[in-house]
Amino acid sequence: MESIALSKQQLDGDRMIVNMGPSHPVTHGTLRIVLELEGETITKATPEIGYLHRGVEKLGENLSYQQFIPLTDRLNYTSSMMNNVGYTLAVEKLLDVKIPRRAELIRVLVSELARIGDHIVCVGINAVDIGAFTAFLYLFKQRETIYDLFEMAAGQRLHTSFTRIGGLMRDIPEGFVPLTEHFLVECEAAINELERLLTRNPIWHDRTKGVGAISAEEAISWGYTGPCLRAAGVPQDLRKAQPYLGYETYDFDIPVGTTGDVFDRYLVRVEEMRQSLRIIRQVLDRLEPGPVMVDDYKVALPPKEKIYTRMESLIHHFKLIMHGIEMPVGEVYSATEGANGELGFYIVSDGGKNPYRIRVRPPCLPIFSSFDAQVKGRLIADAVAVLGAMNVIAGELDR
Amino acid sequence: MVIEQIDAQLPGVVEDRHAFRGDQTLVVAKERFLDLVDFLHREGFQMLVDLTAVDWPERPQRFDVVYHWLNLASQERLRVKVAVTDGEAMPSLVSRFKTADWFEREVFDLFGIPFEGHPNLKRLLTWDDFPGHALRKDFPLDGGDPFCMEGCTAPYNRGERN
Repeated sequence: MESIALSKQQLDGDRMIVNMGPSHPVTHGTLRIVLELEGETITKATPEIGYLHRGVEKLGENLSYQQFIPLTDRLNYTSSMMNNVGYTLAVEKLLDVKIPRRAELIRVLVSELARIGDHIVCVGINAVDIGAFTAFLYLFKQRETIYDLFEMAAGQRLHTSFTRIGGLMRDIPEGFVPLTEHFLVECEAAINELERLLTRNPIWHDRTKGVGAISAEEAISWGYTGPCLRAAGVPQDLRKAQPYLGYETYDFDIPVGTTGDVFDRYLVRVEEMRQSLRIIRQVLDRLEPGPVMVDDYKVALPPKEKIYTRMESLIHHFKLIMHGIEMPVGEVYSATEGANGELGFYIVSDGGKNPYRIRVRPPCLPIFSSFDAQVKGRLIADAVAVLGAMNVIAGELDR
Repeated sequence: MVIEQIDAQLPGVVEDRHAFRGDQTLVVAKERFLDLVDFLHREGFQMLVDLTAVDWPERPQRFDVVYHWLNLASQERLRVKVAVTDGEAMPSLVSRFKTADWFEREVFDLFGIPFEGHPNLKRLLTWDDFPGHALRKDFPLDGGDPFCMEGCTAPYNRGERN
């Protein structure tokens, strides 16, 4: 018996198979990674995804265009506002509708708030996974304020469903702008504190520098977008490159890294938070009273007073609810810059009430598909750092 | 514009084209598809942004496989569609674009379109024994009985478990 055991050990060496997940603190959602280890070194990492697959695209084919909005909340649930905005922009592109200026400004405002919230989760939790707990606590106080703002605007903290086709669910309430102004000051201070804790911290450097490094060509081939691509040195940001919602009129910079490693991704995200604060400040300066929904009752519901008092509005209401929006036949792909990359919606319309096909292009699926290449030959501790910096959100990954 | 160059350099490749709301779409035959891909790659369309499929059960060539490319230098986007029949394999792009790996696995999983030359063509989102392909139009919305692991005779599946 002993000799057999010995020969088996010699054959296998120190090879060991370890399951990371499906329920593990660093897997931010439910996903599983099968690690093949040689001692502490990873020889192969096989991600297994689909634990959160809810068939969002299939459901979308059986829901009307408006009804799909709540499902977009559940894609990237750390920045649901941006999913709402991305989806409604795609439908508006299909309809060729121009939304009012105030709605555009508020969409930019909530998108940038959501971007900060998403980066806070990504950077904060990445630091926690690596062992720096304090940064997470400083930042999460700011994230609470962001969710308070979302609650004021949409009535919900996480699943906001704030946008509608043709505008917004409603205008931002009184008290929203003063709290945002307060947040701008507080958040700036919190980001400075975060940087004081981490940016020059030698332990943070040891754990993140060189980990998950990737060249620009490789990153493009893997389909990287968002902060991970910019950290690799490609200045691709859809807000600048293919502006939507009037982003071309705002003054902001795109931070770019050099090596693409976890440290660069961290720096890019921190700087993006600052740039988002800049954009929010500019939005607040531009906000003027006005409508937040298009004045086209073929697309948007008429106001309630009119429905109750005017026959024509009642008919519009009935038609919209029962038959949906009259859609042109065609297909569009609309991409927005989500917090972790290009969030695309590809909609095929056959003119019916429901989309014929609706495809969500999640930013983190291509990024996560490179996980094996990123961690091969490295330590388990590095896998934790890389996974955190990729910002894999399982709801969006599996759809 | 890359579309004029395609006409000049690869005559006869593009079977149909349309532009809708500023999105350029090319319809290409499967046989000439790889020629076009190599041409696009040389022309700077280095990012395969998305790969998906659309099911049209009433058409003889049932599936449209839809590719979205992005040219990072000129920020031009291009959509390429290839029609295939049920069971017909598409050439895999994994050797050209690494991101095609999971995208093709996903299309294989949800539509049942095989990709020839893919190194690891396994289901991505659903499990190996999953009956049928969820995004086909004849797959029921409630998912049938996905836990029917053996001898599944659901009509959409014709008793097969592939």
